[in-house]
Amino acid sequence: MSWFTRKERGIQTPTEMKREAPDGLWYQCSNCKHVMHTREHKLNAFTCVKCNYHDKIGSEAYFSILFDDGEYTELDKNMLSGDPLQFEDTKKYPDRIRDTVKKTGLRDAVRSAYGKMDNIDIVISCMDFNFVGGSMGSVVGEKIARAIDHAIKHKIPFLMISRSGGARMMEAGYSLMQMAKTSAKLALLSEAKIPYISLLTDPTTGGVTASFAMLGDFNIAEPGALIGFAGPRVIRETIGKDLPKGFQSAEFVLEHGFLDFIVDRKDLKDKLSSLLLMLQ
Amino acid sequence: MSAYLDFEKPVADLELKLAELKKLADTTPLDVSEAVVRLEENIVQLRKEIAKNLTRWQRVQLSRHPERPYTLDYVELMCQEFIELHGDRTVRDDPAMVGGFCNMDGQGMLILGQQKGRNTKQRQQRNFGMANPEGYRKALRLMKLAEKFNKPIVALIDTPGAFPGLEAEERGQGEAIARNLKEMFMLRVPVICIIIGEGASGGALGIAIGDRVLMLENTWYSVISPESCSSILWRSWNFKEQAAEALKLTAKDMQTARLIDGIVEEPLGGAHLNHEVMAQTLKKVILDNLAQLNQLSPEERINQRIDKFCKMGVYVE
Repeated sequence: MSWFTRKERGIQTPTEMKREAPDGLWYQCSNCKHVMHTREHKLNAFTCVKCNYHDKIGSEAYFSILFDDGEYTELDKNMLSGDPLQFEDTKKYPDRIRDTVKKTGLRDAVRSAYGKMDNIDIVISCMDFNFVGGSMGSVVGEKIARAIDHAIKHKIPFLMISRSGGARMMEAGYSLMQMAKTSAKLALLSEAKIPYISLLTDPTTGGVTASFAMLGDFNIAEPGALIGFAGPRVIRETIGKDLPKGFQSAEFVLEHGFLDFIVDRKDLKDKLSSLLLMLQ
Repeated sequence: MSAYLDFEKPVADLELKLAELKKLADTTPLDVSEAVVRLEENIVQLRKEIAKNLTRWQRVQLSRHPERPYTLDYVELMCQEFIELHGDRTVRDDPAMVGGFCNMDGQGMLILGQQKGRNTKQRQQRNFGMANPEGYRKALRLMKLAEKFNKPIVALIDTPGAFPGLEAEERGQGEAIARNLKEMFMLRVPVICIIIGEGASGGALGIAIGDRVLMLENTWYSVISPESCSSILWRSWNFKEQAAEALKLTAKDMQTARLIDGIVEEPLGGAHLNHEVMAQTLKKVILDNLAQLNQLSPEERINQRIDKFCKMGVYVE
């Protein structure tokens, strides 16, 4: 009965035979705490299999979901922020940028790329919230402007995926004018009669809401996304009352007439390509 | 009696002395006229000295001076006639945004802008110059009217921000401002925008897309107010002076950064000390710029307007 008595002494598993669960194999939903396999979560378009919570993913994940076979060509990949105002708060702005670049592996809060989506040519600009709160400074404005230029030049539909706290304070006046710049380019895109779809994700507020995010031919959003001009804290302080439940949620914004529809991320690609095909 | 800001205290002291001296002249046979002249000269000298050394935060204070001329004051002083037009045709009339057609030295034009109140009651009625979405929509409706009748547009900007309220969100504050930005680029008539007081963020930009964007000397224009900037970046309201410095939000800063087209000089000490002179200066600036812009075709104006804003930004590749 070798189950109960040791037949061989000193049994050891060589290192290469040892199986360990690597980090990041499991994903826990930050909303319902359900634990699922990372691959399962990814296959589900980074939404929770149990509660459908849409995880706050960035450009890399959106590009992999939307572009056919995850293939795309990135535009203005190397553009980096300047420091026009020598801005300094608790930290110098260039230091803040350098640290964030190091931490995130991103160069700024937006990435633009073109490629095929269900075989339809498309230009996508997508914001990354983990880069200084997805804030819009000169780089974000310029990259979006150039993505729109690309769309106009090649007559390709433009999709903007917003996830941002608004304008970037450290570029002050320059940041503000990016709202104007992006709106100007969208006016030209509109004149050229090229479709512009604006996808608002959690959260989209401030100067981003008050410029390109609300200017879509189609304004659409992910379920539950916080969408507004002023942030909830500011409004609470202004009116001195608690905000009603669901205030500024995508569902609330849809009900008030500022969105065309809310789309589950799992259906995003299908729905966008169907819509674009109808317009062709 | 004028309201003095903290840094104007030395002037206040001298002016008090001057008033006493003048009173003395009335009651005694002493000849004080020479002393009065000398004191008046001193005051001018002192005001010049203060004006030369104003910090950014002090300019912010001047831009909010309770006696500064507001939009309707300029309308009154610059125009021979004015017919105010109300309402956005959807929700209601927003008293924080005013506008109408006017006659300025024989030239018909649309003039519009945020309006602040002079006393507590008015301030509440005008919502401190913070427009709701219907204000921006009224502004756009009027601008489209001006375009239809081929009349130039003058926008006077003076706001601590678009109103961050519950109903403003329900009615789409973000959408209203965004639409104005996009539509203003395509207006076929000349558009002149002037920051006459506070130019806070999207609430200001929402009526500030123009062929000429000018700032009065003692105004500010930026992405956020120094107070809010301080509360977010320093997590305290006490760093507003530093925030004002960091934001580089004065007319001179904005011109250096090439984010505005020009600065309009104010009377010594600030616009609040002489509404009449300020308004006449502004009127001349408006008419001169209009004459220049009228030389261009609508297409040229639109292209130049778009190009100007599209060049704004600093980045490395």
